[in-house]
Amino acid sequence: MTQIQQINRLAGGARVDSDGVINFTYNGRPMQGVSGDTLASALLANGVDVVGRSFKYGRARGIVGHGAEEPNAIMQIGSGASSVPNLKATQVELYEGLESAPVNGWPSVDFDLMSIAGFFSRLMPPGFYYKTFMYPAKLWMTYEHFIRRAAGLGRSPVGDDPDSYDKLNQHADVLVIGAGPAGLMAAREAARAGARVMIVDEQSEFGGSLLASTQTIENRSASAWVDLMVAELKTFANLQMLPRSTAFGYYDHNFIGILERRSDHLSLSAATGSRQRLHRVRAKRVVLATGAFERPLVFAHNDIPGVMQASSVSTYVNRYGVAPGSRMVLFTCNDSAYQTALDWHGAGRTVVAIVDSRAEPNGAMLAAVEALGMEVMLGCAVIEAQGGKRVKRALVAPINAQGTEVVGSVQRIACDLIACSGGWSPAIHLSSHTGAKPQWDEAIVGFKPGTSTQQECSAGACAGTYRLSECFAEGAQAGAQAAHKSGFGSGVGLFPQPPVEEHDEYPQQALFLVPHTQRSTRAPSQFVDMQLDVTAGSIEIAVREGFESIEHIKRYTALGFGTDQGKLGNINGMAILAKALGQSMAETGTTIFRPAYTPTTFGAIAGRDIGELFDPQRHTAMHRWHLARGAEFEDVGQWKRPWYYPRSRASGGVESLREAVDRECLAVRNSVGILDASTLGKIDIQGPDTAEFITRMYTNSYLKLAPGKCRYGVMLKEDGMIFDDGVCACLGDNHYLMYTTTGGAAGVLAWLELWQQTEWPDMQVYFTSVTDHWSTATISGPNARRVLAKVCDDIDLDRQAFGFMDWRDGTVAGVAARVFRISFTGELSYEINVPAHYGRHLWEALIAAGEAFDITPYGTESMHVLRAEKGFIIVGQDTDGSMTPADMNMDWVVAKNKTFSFIGKRSLQRSDALRDQRKQFVGLKPLNPNDVLPEGAQVVFDPQQPIPMSMQGHVTSSYYSANLGHAFALAVIKGGINRMGQVVHCPLADGRILAAEIVSSVFYDPEGARQHVE
Amino acid sequence: MLLIHCPHCREDREEEEFSYNGEAHIVRPLDPESLSDEAWGDYLFFRKNPRGVHREMWYHAVGCRRYFYAARNTLSYEILHTYCVGEKPQIDAANEGAGA
Ligand SMILES: [Zn+2]
Repeated sequence: MTQIQQINRLAGGARVDSDGVINFTYNGRPMQGVSGDTLASALLANGVDVVGRSFKYGRARGIVGHGAEEPNAIMQIGSGASSVPNLKATQVELYEGLESAPVNGWPSVDFDLMSIAGFFSRLMPPGFYYKTFMYPAKLWMTYEHFIRRAAGLGRSPVGDDPDSYDKLNQHADVLVIGAGPAGLMAAREAARAGARVMIVDEQSEFGGSLLASTQTIENRSASAWVDLMVAELKTFANLQMLPRSTAFGYYDHNFIGILERRSDHLSLSAATGSRQRLHRVRAKRVVLATGAFERPLVFAHNDIPGVMQASSVSTYVNRYGVAPGSRMVLFTCNDSAYQTALDWHGAGRTVVAIVDSRAEPNGAMLAAVEALGMEVMLGCAVIEAQGGKRVKRALVAPINAQGTEVVGSVQRIACDLIACSGGWSPAIHLSSHTGAKPQWDEAIVGFKPGTSTQQECSAGACAGTYRLSECFAEGAQAGAQAAHKSGFGSGVGLFPQPPVEEHDEYPQQALFLVPHTQRSTRAPSQFVDMQLDVTAGSIEIAVREGFESIEHIKRYTALGFGTDQGKLGNINGMAILAKALGQSMAETGTTIFRPAYTPTTFGAIAGRDIGELFDPQRHTAMHRWHLARGAEFEDVGQWKRPWYYPRSRASGGVESLREAVDRECLAVRNSVGILDASTLGKIDIQGPDTAEFITRMYTNSYLKLAPGKCRYGVMLKEDGMIFDDGVCACLGDNHYLMYTTTGGAAGVLAWLELWQQTEWPDMQVYFTSVTDHWSTATISGPNARRVLAKVCDDIDLDRQAFGFMDWRDGTVAGVAARVFRISFTGELSYEINVPAHYGRHLWEALIAAGEAFDITPYGTESMHVLRAEKGFIIVGQDTDGSMTPADMNMDWVVAKNKTFSFIGKRSLQRSDALRDQRKQFVGLKPLNPNDVLPEGAQVVFDPQQPIPMSMQGHVTSSYYSANLGHAFALAVIKGGINRMGQVVHCPLADGRILAAEIVSSVFYDPEGARQHVE
Repeated sequence: MLLIHCPHCREDREEEEFSYNGEAHIVRPLDPESLSDEAWGDYLFFRKNPRGVHREMWYHAVGCRRYFYAARNTLSYEILHTYCVGEKPQIDAANEGAGA
């Protein structure tokens, strides 16, 4: 394809290098820009008018702004996995090889089927989405495909993000946000005072509005003055300067999120290191110097490409050397925009007319343009723009002094650019994040930052101060004060005020909606929010439909809900609403801006905490043995626990979960199995009051537990509901070891500490988490004693001498060990604890000792099946925080006669805990022995009843048991303990209904004989 | 994210080191069995939700593992002061502008 010429490129341009040619593509077309360009300035230089189609009506849209406020030029940048959707062309720095395409516009921006939709605009009134959602869902499904495709909100990259991101925690005495005139001065004063200072700015270089200014500062051009100032700032060792860094959120206690774009401006081959960095800054003081946005003027068809913000036109001319058009009409209600006429004239282009809504402005700016012979039409307004893909003419008419009515005949003025200025709106977004309520100020016709409880202040244009000399003074003062309040300097600025050439301005007119010869609901669309196609008429319709709160109007019309967050449209929208409601701006209030100020990449928020680094993994000392044996793992908290150990089948292939678990379970019941139980939580508790303390925490008593003995206990929360369970061993006088569930360890420790510290601080009891100190191998099965005897000769293993629920110190496999005779399978079991680093040695010694008995490693799945066969609960699986011991048929664990009212005891007597028909823990035996009921399945008594059925309980655990020869389940069912033998039903989502009989929760060895084998 | 002064460590630390433990100064009844269901229910379940200064309990979970108290404004999130268990607050609630 042929190269398109930069037809709008001017010779000058303060911040671009016209020799540094950069090649890029737009919609696949090769184009050229220059070093220093943004994608927007390069597109304008190449004469690109249409950069997107509007969201709702499919109207052609062009670039209107030059920064974060841009609503239309939303681009997809790059291709493949690192492609980024929804970037504003005004914020994308041009680099060699950049690929860009508009996100809106199907099938193309130049010929768009959706423009026909403009014809249907009356079919999509305000509240269209809300109304659509209120109809049956089917209708939305019909619309959705059409709307989403038409709206074209960018394409998410497919595949993993190849870029890396990182995070930096930073501390600053003074953080200055914004490096325009006020911010630069603030940073210089604060740094000079000796404070640790950070200054950040979202643009590629510091200077803010000065980069495009034609003012003279200290006898230099503004642009040259900025260079000097930046060079001076670089000399401060205590000052960190971050360009390309957006402070996107101001959070509690002066915590600020800053996104630094480190390589987005570089071509892929030149980019190294992390793409973006999230700075998490805690600042003692913050100076907000975020500037202001020029307000658009709302008139009919103000969205045609070629209608631009006046300050943006000046920026393109002065900073980038781009004149986006040739014949300009300037439309303003204030003096500041007159500069754009001077700039345009200076670029050698034609100013057709200056249309000023004020009847009698009077000042230096008016004199300056009149001296150049420009035509100024006072008391007039551009009431409508005309054209298709580009402005062709402006309709200008006289309006009344209030700016509410057209009062004379309409004149048609040919032009290709309408530069507009409706005054300025301070960028109060970050101030608003702090919770400060913006205050309407009639004098500046805008919202000023409210007072906040954070340690911050606003300076310069974001505080409603627009004169350059005053911005300098305010910035310097703010910087000196911020340094002083964080402990540096006297609070008085040390640098002289830079002399500035400036003049007085004549007061602006508040003009939020330009009148038309027809009223707003009839006139051609007057756009308030371009990104979401919200018009003045639609706000008025919303008011007619009864909406009166700005927050409701926003949601009903979608005003300010785009990726630009209504930076341009919000104030005009509110003013139009205020007028429709007959209120003042102050009465209408303001909307609260929330983070993020501009869209922020998820990648940067995640940083390096992805993939393997997302969450730490905890491995036991035997982990590599499990890996070598091909174990499948299960996540239990952060622990990786062996789930099952699949073996090769004799018939080929590898065992399934079911096959492996059947084999493992049979091995435990018939010979011996071995389980890695190292992950169980272990808390060492010492002190003279330990027995009393843990007796208050458990439902049963430990006061008479002798050294060498263990006891199983259940812990309740104060509401009487089961919270954790485990065995507690008395190690010696005033010394106990408490086992917790693997997942509950941290919570139990915090719970113990809570009561000791806050309720019973006089009790002498001390807690230490020792979970990681021990490796634990559990051998379980009728041959367990025989295996242990081979590797332990200093413990009397006689079944009387070392009884059930005893523990002994001894030597196992040559290592000092603590052996517990406790059991979670119902079989004879020994839990052998050795210092953690001997874990693998112990494990391999036991495997070797067990060889003669075909000792079988088993994982958590078999452990679950085996304990369920015995009806042993797993807290958190069979209980859910709403089950009492009585509900779980475990009244035996509650000591009724303890002197102290243990935690949760009183709640067991609450009427709710005693009521009939609480869900109770039972077993379920499926009528079809092969039906494994899904865990979580709901239980009903009558499967024929109409939906919604009356649910009577649910399945908590369910397995196939090779030992029993049938499937079985545990469940909680209303009044279940008195329903033994009844048949219940589990209706499943796939339509099947599985029937099961309510039976005892103990399926295996109810008399507990297996525990006592020889 | 809050910056919290642990009165035990005597340091300002990031909120991520702490966990929140609800309303402070709820004393466990000495004789729970003597309470009616209603009175016990009040102790168990009913908590203040003030607009303004709230006395709350925090836990320096990944620091000193101490529970302590904070007077925090629920509107501004400002923490007026923190103090150890057993300490008297430096200022009483009436002087903290409760309801402000
Ligand atoms: Zn601490």
